[in-house]
Amino acid sequence: MLDGEAPAAIGLNAYILISLLLFVIGFIGVLLRKNTLVIYMCLELMLLASTLALVAFSRFNGTLDGSVFVFFILTIAAAEVAVGLAIIVALFRKRHTVQVEELSALKN
Amino acid sequence: MANLLFYIFAFLTVVCAALVVVNKNPVNGAMFLLLSLVGMAGLFVMLDAALLAFVLLLVYAGAVVALFLFIIMLLDTRPESLKPFKKLSILASTVGGALLLLGVYSLSHRVMLSSAAPVGPAPTLKNYAEQLFTTYLLPVQVVGFMLLIAMLGVIVLSKKFAPVEDAK
Repeated sequence: MLDGEAPAAIGLNAYILISLLLFVIGFIGVLLRKNTLVIYMCLELMLLASTLALVAFSRFNGTLDGSVFVFFILTIAAAEVAVGLAIIVALFRKRHTVQVEELSALKN
Repeated sequence: MANLLFYIFAFLTVVCAALVVVNKNPVNGAMFLLLSLVGMAGLFVMLDAALLAFVLLLVYAGAVVALFLFIIMLLDTRPESLKPFKKLSILASTVGGALLLLGVYSLSHRVMLSSAAPVGPAPTLKNYAEQLFTTYLLPVQVVGFMLLIAMLGVIVLSKKFAPVEDAK
Protein backbone atom coordinates (compact mmCIF):
# COMPACT_ATOMS: atom_id res chain seq x y z
CA MET A 1 0.00 0.00 0.00
CA LEU A 2 1.23 3.49 -0.78
CA ASP A 3 2.33 5.67 2.10
CA GLY A 4 -0.16 8.37 1.19
CA GLU A 5 -3.06 5.97 1.64
CA ALA A 6 -1.93 4.52 4.95
CA PRO A 7 -3.92 6.78 7.32
CA ALA A 8 -7.15 5.98 5.52
CA ALA A 9 -6.66 2.23 5.89
CA ILE A 10 -8.69 0.35 8.45
CA GLY A 11 -6.62 -0.17 11.54
CA LEU A 12 -6.75 -2.45 14.52
CA ASN A 13 -8.92 0.10 16.32
CA ALA A 14 -11.84 -0.35 13.96
CA TYR A 15 -11.83 -4.13 14.28
CA ILE A 16 -11.67 -4.00 18.06
CA LEU A 17 -14.52 -1.49 18.03
CA ILE A 18 -16.67 -3.83 15.96
CA SER A 19 -15.76 -6.69 18.27
CA LEU A 20 -16.71 -4.65 21.34
CA LEU A 21 -19.99 -3.59 19.78
CA LEU A 22 -20.83 -7.22 19.04
CA PHE A 23 -19.95 -8.17 22.60
CA VAL A 24 -22.18 -5.43 24.00
CA ILE A 25 -25.07 -6.49 21.76
CA GLY A 26 -24.69 -10.10 22.88
CA PHE A 27 -24.44 -9.05 26.51
CA ILE A 28 -27.60 -6.96 26.31
CA GLY A 29 -29.36 -9.85 24.64
CA VAL A 30 -28.35 -12.25 27.39
CA LEU A 31 -29.66 -9.82 29.98
CA LEU A 32 -32.91 -8.85 28.30
CA ARG A 33 -34.22 -11.92 26.55
CA LYS A 34 -36.17 -14.62 28.38
CA ASN A 35 -36.17 -17.42 25.84
CA THR A 36 -33.31 -19.80 26.65
CA LEU A 37 -32.60 -20.47 22.99
CA VAL A 38 -32.25 -16.78 22.18
CA ILE A 39 -30.03 -16.31 25.22
CA TYR A 40 -27.87 -19.09 23.88
CA MET A 41 -27.63 -17.41 20.48
CA CYS A 42 -26.55 -14.20 22.18
CA LEU A 43 -23.87 -16.14 24.06
CA GLU A 44 -22.62 -17.35 20.69
CA LEU A 45 -22.49 -13.75 19.53
CA MET A 46 -20.30 -12.84 22.49
CA LEU A 47 -18.01 -15.75 21.73
CA LEU A 48 -17.76 -14.65 18.10
CA ALA A 49 -16.91 -11.11 19.20
CA SER A 50 -13.94 -12.40 21.19
CA THR A 51 -12.94 -14.50 18.20
CA LEU A 52 -12.90 -11.44 15.96
CA ALA A 53 -10.73 -9.58 18.48
CA LEU A 54 -8.29 -12.51 18.58
CA VAL A 55 -8.00 -12.67 14.81
CA ALA A 56 -7.50 -8.91 14.57
CA PHE A 57 -4.80 -8.87 17.25
CA SER A 58 -3.07 -11.82 15.66
CA ARG A 59 -3.12 -10.14 12.25
CA PHE A 60 -1.75 -6.86 13.55
CA ASN A 61 0.93 -8.58 15.59
CA GLY A 62 2.16 -10.50 12.61
CA THR A 63 1.84 -13.90 14.23
CA LEU A 64 -0.38 -16.87 13.59
CA ASP A 65 -0.87 -17.88 17.22
CA GLY A 66 -4.13 -16.01 17.68
CA SER A 67 -5.58 -17.50 14.54
CA VAL A 68 -4.60 -20.99 15.63
CA PHE A 69 -6.28 -20.30 18.96
CA VAL A 70 -9.44 -19.36 17.08
CA PHE A 71 -9.45 -22.86 15.61
CA PHE A 72 -9.64 -24.26 19.12
CA ILE A 73 -12.32 -21.78 20.14
CA LEU A 74 -14.46 -22.79 17.17
CA THR A 75 -14.07 -26.46 18.03
CA ILE A 76 -14.96 -25.94 21.67
CA ALA A 77 -17.88 -23.71 20.67
CA ALA A 78 -19.29 -26.42 18.46
CA ALA A 79 -19.07 -28.97 21.27
CA GLU A 80 -20.55 -26.48 23.71
CA VAL A 81 -23.52 -25.76 21.47
CA ALA A 82 -24.25 -29.45 21.09
CA VAL A 83 -24.14 -30.09 24.84
CA GLY A 84 -26.06 -26.92 25.70
CA LEU A 85 -28.86 -27.62 23.26
CA ALA A 86 -29.10 -31.20 24.54
CA ILE A 87 -29.47 -29.81 28.05
CA ILE A 88 -32.17 -27.40 26.86
CA VAL A 89 -34.07 -30.25 25.21
CA ALA A 90 -33.80 -32.36 28.37
CA LEU A 91 -35.02 -29.38 30.40
CA PHE A 92 -37.95 -28.88 28.05
CA ARG A 93 -38.90 -32.53 28.40
CA LYS A 94 -39.07 -32.18 32.17
CA ARG A 95 -40.59 -28.71 32.53
CA HIS A 96 -42.35 -28.04 29.19
CA THR A 97 -41.01 -24.53 28.95
CA VAL A 98 -37.84 -22.73 27.90
CA GLN A 99 -38.65 -19.37 29.46
CA VAL A 100 -36.06 -18.53 32.06
CA GLU A 101 -38.42 -16.95 34.56
CA GLU A 102 -40.39 -20.19 34.81
CA LEU A 103 -37.26 -22.26 35.41
CA SER A 104 -36.84 -21.35 39.04
CA ALA A 105 -36.77 -24.78 40.66
CA LEU A 106 -33.42 -24.10 42.30
CA LYS A 107 -34.58 -20.85 43.89
CA ASN A 108 -34.79 -20.76 47.70
CA MET B 1 -12.34 -0.11 -1.93
CA ALA B 2 -11.11 -2.13 1.03
CA ASN B 3 -12.52 0.50 3.37
CA LEU B 4 -15.90 0.31 1.71
CA LEU B 5 -15.89 -3.47 2.04
CA PHE B 6 -14.98 -3.17 5.71
CA TYR B 7 -17.88 -0.82 6.34
CA ILE B 8 -20.31 -3.08 4.50
CA PHE B 9 -19.24 -6.17 6.42
CA ALA B 10 -19.12 -4.36 9.75
CA PHE B 11 -22.59 -2.94 9.17
CA LEU B 12 -23.94 -6.35 8.19
CA THR B 13 -22.42 -7.99 11.27
CA VAL B 14 -23.50 -5.44 13.84
CA VAL B 15 -26.99 -4.75 12.49
CA CYS B 16 -27.82 -8.44 12.11
CA ALA B 17 -26.50 -9.11 15.63
CA ALA B 18 -28.79 -6.38 16.94
CA LEU B 19 -31.68 -7.92 15.03
CA VAL B 20 -30.94 -11.29 16.67
CA VAL B 21 -31.48 -9.62 20.02
CA VAL B 22 -34.64 -7.68 19.22
CA ASN B 23 -36.46 -10.29 17.14
CA LYS B 24 -39.49 -11.82 18.81
CA ASN B 25 -39.39 -14.98 16.76
CA PRO B 26 -36.40 -17.28 17.46
CA VAL B 27 -36.43 -18.62 13.89
CA ASN B 28 -35.89 -15.12 12.52
CA GLY B 29 -33.23 -14.65 15.18
CA ALA B 30 -31.35 -17.72 13.97
CA MET B 31 -31.56 -16.47 10.38
CA PHE B 32 -30.13 -13.10 11.37
CA LEU B 33 -27.39 -14.89 13.29
CA LEU B 34 -26.55 -16.59 10.00
CA LEU B 35 -26.33 -13.23 8.20
CA SER B 36 -24.21 -11.84 11.00
CA LEU B 37 -21.87 -14.81 10.59
CA VAL B 38 -21.55 -14.07 6.89
CA GLY B 39 -20.50 -10.52 7.72
CA MET B 40 -18.04 -11.84 10.29
CA ALA B 41 -16.56 -14.20 7.72
CA GLY B 42 -16.09 -11.21 5.42
CA LEU B 43 -14.23 -9.40 8.20
CA PHE B 44 -12.03 -12.47 8.66
CA VAL B 45 -11.20 -12.45 4.95
CA MET B 46 -10.24 -8.78 5.25
CA LEU B 47 -7.91 -9.76 8.11
CA ASP B 48 -6.11 -12.21 5.79
CA ALA B 49 -7.65 -15.18 7.55
CA ALA B 50 -9.60 -16.67 4.67
CA LEU B 51 -9.15 -20.16 6.05
CA LEU B 52 -10.71 -19.16 9.34
CA ALA B 53 -13.60 -17.52 7.49
CA PHE B 54 -14.14 -20.80 5.72
CA VAL B 55 -14.05 -22.78 8.95
CA LEU B 56 -16.38 -20.26 10.59
CA LEU B 57 -18.94 -20.62 7.84
CA LEU B 58 -18.64 -24.41 7.84
CA VAL B 59 -18.87 -24.86 11.60
CA TYR B 60 -21.23 -22.07 12.58
CA ALA B 61 -23.45 -21.59 9.55
CA GLY B 62 -23.35 -25.23 8.60
CA ALA B 63 -23.62 -26.94 11.95
CA VAL B 64 -24.48 -24.58 14.79
CA VAL B 65 -27.27 -22.55 13.19
CA ALA B 66 -28.76 -25.71 11.66
CA LEU B 67 -28.74 -27.27 15.13
CA PHE B 68 -30.41 -24.18 16.55
CA LEU B 69 -33.12 -24.35 13.90
CA PHE B 70 -33.70 -28.03 14.62
CA ILE B 71 -34.08 -27.39 18.32
CA ILE B 72 -36.40 -24.41 17.73
CA MET B 73 -38.46 -26.70 15.52
CA LEU B 74 -38.58 -29.37 18.22
CA LEU B 75 -39.57 -27.07 21.05
CA ASP B 76 -42.62 -24.93 21.07
CA THR B 77 -42.00 -21.28 20.30
CA ARG B 78 -44.68 -19.45 22.16
CA PRO B 79 -44.24 -15.69 22.15
CA GLU B 80 -42.30 -14.50 25.14
CA SER B 81 -44.13 -13.45 28.22
CA LEU B 82 -43.84 -9.79 29.01
CA LYS B 83 -43.40 -10.00 32.73
CA PRO B 84 -41.67 -6.90 34.00
CA PHE B 85 -38.09 -7.20 35.11
CA LYS B 86 -37.08 -7.10 38.71
CA LYS B 87 -35.62 -3.88 40.04
CA LEU B 88 -32.32 -5.51 40.90
CA SER B 89 -31.86 -6.97 37.42
CA ILE B 90 -32.74 -3.61 35.84
CA LEU B 91 -30.08 -1.95 37.97
CA ALA B 92 -27.51 -4.65 37.24
CA SER B 93 -28.10 -4.56 33.49
CA THR B 94 -27.94 -0.76 33.44
CA VAL B 95 -24.63 -0.75 35.27
CA GLY B 96 -23.19 -3.55 33.16
CA GLY B 97 -24.30 -2.01 29.88
CA ALA B 98 -22.99 1.40 30.93
CA LEU B 99 -19.59 -0.08 31.81
CA LEU B 100 -19.33 -1.83 28.48
CA LEU B 101 -20.39 1.29 26.58
CA LEU B 102 -17.77 3.22 28.52
CA GLY B 103 -15.25 0.68 27.25
CA VAL B 104 -16.42 1.29 23.68
CA TYR B 105 -16.20 5.05 24.17
CA SER B 106 -12.73 4.99 25.67
CA LEU B 107 -11.53 2.65 22.96
CA SER B 108 -12.79 4.87 20.20
CA HIS B 109 -11.57 8.13 21.73
CA ARG B 110 -8.51 7.52 23.84
CA VAL B 111 -6.63 4.42 22.85
CA MET B 112 -4.39 4.58 19.83
CA LEU B 113 -3.63 1.07 18.76
CA SER B 114 -1.14 0.68 15.98
CA SER B 115 -2.71 0.54 12.58
CA ALA B 116 0.37 -0.64 10.76
CA ALA B 117 0.28 -4.26 9.85
CA PRO B 118 3.68 -5.91 10.22
CA VAL B 119 4.63 -8.67 7.88
CA GLY B 120 4.31 -12.01 9.59
CA PRO B 121 4.12 -15.55 8.36
CA ALA B 122 1.61 -15.79 5.57
CA PRO B 123 -1.63 -17.33 6.86
CA THR B 124 -1.66 -20.17 4.41
CA LEU B 125 -3.01 -23.63 5.04
CA LYS B 126 0.53 -24.95 5.21
CA ASN B 127 1.57 -22.53 7.94
CA TYR B 128 -1.55 -23.27 9.96
CA ALA B 129 -0.94 -26.98 9.66
CA GLU B 130 2.68 -26.57 10.68
CA GLN B 131 1.64 -24.69 13.82
CA LEU B 132 -1.11 -27.15 14.64
CA PHE B 133 1.07 -30.21 14.33
CA THR B 134 4.21 -28.89 15.97
CA THR B 135 3.66 -26.18 18.57
CA TYR B 136 0.04 -26.98 19.33
CA LEU B 137 0.07 -30.74 18.99
CA LEU B 138 -1.02 -31.42 22.56
CA PRO B 139 -3.96 -28.97 22.47
CA VAL B 140 -5.12 -30.56 19.21
CA GLN B 141 -5.19 -33.95 20.88
CA VAL B 142 -6.98 -32.55 23.92
CA VAL B 143 -9.58 -30.87 21.72
CA GLY B 144 -10.11 -34.13 19.89
CA PHE B 145 -10.83 -35.88 23.18
CA MET B 146 -13.08 -32.99 24.17
CA LEU B 147 -15.17 -33.54 21.06
CA LEU B 148 -15.43 -37.25 21.84
CA ILE B 149 -16.49 -36.52 25.41
CA ALA B 150 -19.02 -33.94 24.23
CA MET B 151 -20.47 -36.44 21.77
CA LEU B 152 -20.85 -39.09 24.46
CA GLY B 153 -22.31 -36.52 26.83
CA VAL B 154 -24.91 -35.43 24.30
CA ILE B 155 -25.90 -39.05 23.65
CA VAL B 156 -26.33 -39.66 27.36
CA LEU B 157 -28.23 -36.40 27.86
CA SER B 158 -30.66 -36.85 25.02
CA LYS B 159 -31.36 -40.54 25.53
CA LYS B 160 -34.49 -41.44 27.38
CA PHE B 161 -33.58 -43.97 30.02
CA ALA B 162 -36.27 -46.35 31.15
CA PRO B 163 -36.67 -46.39 34.91
CA VAL B 164 -34.40 -49.03 36.33
CA GLU B 165 -36.26 -52.16 37.40
CA ASP B 166 -35.22 -54.14 40.41
CA ALA B 167 -32.42 -56.38 39.33
CA LYS B 168 -33.47 -59.79 40.43
